[in-house]
Amino acid sequence: MFEILRKELNGFLNSLIAYIVISVFLTGIGLLMWVFPETSVLEYGYADMETLFALGPYVFMFLIPAITMRMFAEEKKAGTIELLLTKPLTDWQIILGKYFSGFLLVLFALIPTLVYYYTIYQLGNPVGNVDTAGVVGSYIGLALLGGVFTSIGVFSSLITTNQIVSFIIAVFLCFIFYTGFESLASINVWGAASLFLEQLGIVYHYRAMSKGLLDTRNLIYFLSVIGVMLMFTKFILGSRRW
Amino acid sequence: MSIQVQQLTKIFGEQKAINNISFEVGKGEILGFLGPNGAGKSTTMKITTCFLPPSSGSVKVCGLDVTEEPLLIKSKVGYLPENNPLYLEMYVREYLAFIGNVHGLKGKTLQSRIDEMITLCGLTREQNKKIEMLSKGYRQRVGLAQALIHDPEVLILDEPTTGLDPNQIVEIRALIKKISKDKTVIFSTHIMQEVQALCDRVVVIDRGEIVANDKIEQLKSNQVEVAIVLVEFEENIGVEGLLAIEGVISADHITENKIRIKATTESDIRPKIFAFASKHNFTLLGLQQEEVTMENVFQELTKNKNV
Repeated sequence: MFEILRKELNGFLNSLIAYIVISVFLTGIGLLMWVFPETSVLEYGYADMETLFALGPYVFMFLIPAITMRMFAEEKKAGTIELLLTKPLTDWQIILGKYFSGFLLVLFALIPTLVYYYTIYQLGNPVGNVDTAGVVGSYIGLALLGGVFTSIGVFSSLITTNQIVSFIIAVFLCFIFYTGFESLASINVWGAASLFLEQLGIVYHYRAMSKGLLDTRNLIYFLSVIGVMLMFTKFILGSRRW
Repeated sequence: MSIQVQQLTKIFGEQKAINNISFEVGKGEILGFLGPNGAGKSTTMKITTCFLPPSSGSVKVCGLDVTEEPLLIKSKVGYLPENNPLYLEMYVREYLAFIGNVHGLKGKTLQSRIDEMITLCGLTREQNKKIEMLSKGYRQRVGLAQALIHDPEVLILDEPTTGLDPNQIVEIRALIKKISKDKTVIFSTHIMQEVQALCDRVVVIDRGEIVANDKIEQLKSNQVEVAIVLVEFEENIGVEGLLAIEGVISADHITENKIRIKATTESDIRPKIFAFASKHNFTLLGLQQEEVTMENVFQELTKNKNV
């Protein structure tokens, strides 16, 4: 698994993908948080990081599929998948190696935003007047959400040989998982099932975590979505029908 | 036996790619896998390397079954897939290190193996380049180096020389010959000279079925039913006299002085022609039996079924 992980990370670093992804994410979030008046913390006047945690998922929705779209699609197109699958590696080693390389990149993009926490901490009146527990919960939530989007991206990359198709499918699935279920639940036809439908979406659990409450049910939700997506990936890779 | 294929069948949807084939490859043998395009060569190789599962029948590599012990088999087999897929954005050494890593080679052993492969495959001058900078011949060498890095017992090469220029083909062939001394090698091709240059034995496959499995000499002599002899006289003579010789089936003028004679293979026709010439005082300028080439054999074997 670590061979694949290292190969993928080297690939990100050598092809500039890593630098572009990280700088686009940080520039975008930085502008939203500090410059654009509609969303700026400075205009808002409250010492919290709501902007990052509310808009971060939408930035991830486009960036993560861009990271993952080539993972399997390119290998299939170039035929190198045959090379990988005839080496002494299990399917899980290949999938997890690729998955964690994408997830690590997401975490690398997230780490520099910790500076924002320090800034807001200092800007608070009195200094330190910030909901630290809420911020910690939100960071864990955002990281897990990144993990879910990455697993969706890896899966989408495997079902096609075309990177653009893979990107579009991944963005669509991320959107459905993030707010789609909640929006569906708000249609007034489900009756009692609407709560269940809402709980299928990410937003429900993400919001709960941003209150600073780490409920195991929410953790289990995120980990199971990742697990299920990766199982689908394994299933498709195992079927070898391309 | 290094490789045992027994009653192997592979079906893609409706189409039978391989139909009940069986063959064996002994340790240290070089087996040529011959057949027209779409005959099922690559499919057989993909099953042997555990990339595709068989529909029925069994394939054993080093005594292990491909459906039961794929990981073990993969670690014992070096495989060069068709069209030689490579990570073009990687450097040659980086690529070989990655493949070595996957095979569990580490540290000094890995570095010394990489150096060894680079010398063996003649990549010394290219070792610090990106793979995408290399010409096709050198990419092929990288592909071979990759297949050999873990010192596999069995080497499976799917059309290792396609798309190379004649010099490169000769070089790659020499390389295969060099590395195959203590390994079992299967390689597929549709170039006949290659088989003659490299193999001990040939399996000819057509439309998913084995049409021949024999030593090259054996194959050739099986196929020869008529001998063809080219004769050249100084004089311009008619064919009637030649037709009277025992064993001659037909004789045709190619040019005024050259005659192409078909004869039975029961006995050599050439001494008789010589005797005929000296008896009639003709000057014999040339007398040459045409070699049966692998091309003839191949065409003969694969044409029968083209209904």
